Amino acid sequence: MSSATNVETIALPGAEANAVPRKNVLWAYGIVGMFALISLGTFAYNEYYTYLSVYLWFGFIYGVCLQYGRFCFSSAFRDLFAVGVPRMAVGIMIATVLFALVGAFVTATGLSTFHPAPTSFHAVVAGFIFGVGMVFAGGCASGSLYKAGEGNGVAVIVILSISVTQAIFADVGGWTNRLVPQAWHESALSKGLPEVINVGDGWVDQYLAGYVWNQPVTTYAQIMGWSNESVAGAFLGNLMIGVVIPATALLAIVYVFWSRRGFKNKRVKAGGQARFTFKDELAGYWTMIMASKRTAIAGLVLGIAAGLHMFVIQGLRVKFGVKNAGTLLERMGFDFGISVNGTVFDPGYWYVTTQEAQWVGWVFQKLGSEKMDNIYFGFVNGIPNPAINPADWMSLALIGGAAVMALLHNEFKFKKPTWELATWAIIGGALMGIGSRLGLGCNVGAFFVRVSQGDPSGWLFGLGMIGGAYIGVKFFNWWTERKMAKEFASCDF
Amino acid sequence: MKFEKKAENEYLLDVKGYVCPHPQIYTKKALEKLEPGDVLEVVFDNPSSGESISTMCDITGNEIVGRSQEGAQCNWNIQKA
Repeated sequence: MSSATNVETIALPGAEANAVPRKNVLWAYGIVGMFALISLGTFAYNEYYTYLSVYLWFGFIYGVCLQYGRFCFSSAFRDLFAVGVPRMAVGIMIATVLFALVGAFVTATGLSTFHPAPTSFHAVVAGFIFGVGMVFAGGCASGSLYKAGEGNGVAVIVILSISVTQAIFADVGGWTNRLVPQAWHESALSKGLPEVINVGDGWVDQYLAGYVWNQPVTTYAQIMGWSNESVAGAFLGNLMIGVVIPATALLAIVYVFWSRRGFKNKRVKAGGQARFTFKDELAGYWTMIMASKRTAIAGLVLGIAAGLHMFVIQGLRVKFGVKNAGTLLERMGFDFGISVNGTVFDPGYWYVTTQEAQWVGWVFQKLGSEKMDNIYFGFVNGIPNPAINPADWMSLALIGGAAVMALLHNEFKFKKPTWELATWAIIGGALMGIGSRLGLGCNVGAFFVRVSQGDPSGWLFGLGMIGGAYIGVKFFNWWTERKMAKEFASCDF
Repeated sequence: MKFEKKAENEYLLDVKGYVCPHPQIYTKKALEKLEPGDVLEVVFDNPSSGESISTMCDITGNEIVGRSQEGAQCNWNIQKA
């Protein structure tokens, strides 16, 4: 669907002098129309499908924003370390602060769907593994989804690799049981989980029930002695202390080390003074934030949408009198793949990786491999049919939203992966899959959402991601240096 | 990936098919090798790399003197500062 000569084109507002073929516009209408039909058709069949449609349309908005802003968490620190570009680090912090602001309102009204995760060093290790993986893969978990919407074959391989790795890793047993510390094993058995889960067998089960669940669960509001729902807790604790102050400080570091010199050089070149006042520094800081308008706008809309998503889902839970979509699915007659607790994965906010693991888990289960005897699938998330899995609706619509934007800006192109990129995609996807399961989420679920909602484990995961991105960049610097040396040899340097 | 000398002071870097972070890393390394005033034509088809390359040039002072796009393929000429 990329443009070609002699193709009827349409000039769209904002399409930057790159005429859009008419068929691209028709495809974009087709995608939107298909999602609209799904929403209307399923609503006519059963009003409970509204719940899934809310996930769908928020997923669509996420896809539109991600593609418009080229919004990839992977590039935040990767591009800083690799090419000295702070664009995405800025965009992510804008989105995080906006999500936190909307989230604080939602939390203060008592309608938040968020639950903090256990906080300990495991989040740093998980983030590190995830960080290396996302540099190798060329995109984070959410970035791979939106790039798949641009027709990028490498991103599709990354998604497959994340999905399969998670489904296998969450259920891995056998010889890996010997790597489980005795204390984890005993602690896991003491939790009294249902027999069907067989918690004494499986590395991840014993890691979760024997270690992670024993770690403290808190928020910045609670650390300060406030409840999350109080105004002080939501706005001062979780928003100001948990997000605004650290995000401002992080951006100040980015400004000093990566942006200040360029800003100063430009000022001097334009006839300004080399000696900077505090006012000049503030001007430089603001210039860095506004350097990429697309990224900043995408961050702004993403942040607001992510907060509203929580609000709307919780509203529907109240309306339908449920706490989890598993109850709705059972009311609609779907009982396959519901967890032993009667639940399915239903975060109530933006999330990426668990639904990717679920559809592979569902396929494995259908093929005869038991996947419901572990905590991840059997006790918490279930493996419902992907066609009625709320979070899968969100991810598919995210790909669709990104495709619509790519089509309308003539940026859609089927790209066949080369062997080199496919190899990095498989390795990177696998590392992201393992990191996600160790950290109970990806760059969105374990970092973006948790940081925004005042959960300290989010920053720990982020710290690990930064370290992982640094190591990943070191590797690629070495790799590209080798390849460039061969090319340079043929020129007269 | 292909890097070659097109003419005196003009070079070509073809990174079509590559995804992040390859196009921006190759562009940075190629520009580091060139002399001030040399022009590098970068050919890429990964939209997010364009955003990074553009910001990188803005920070380093290298100037994007020409941009064209056909479909998803971008041809940018960057003059080294």
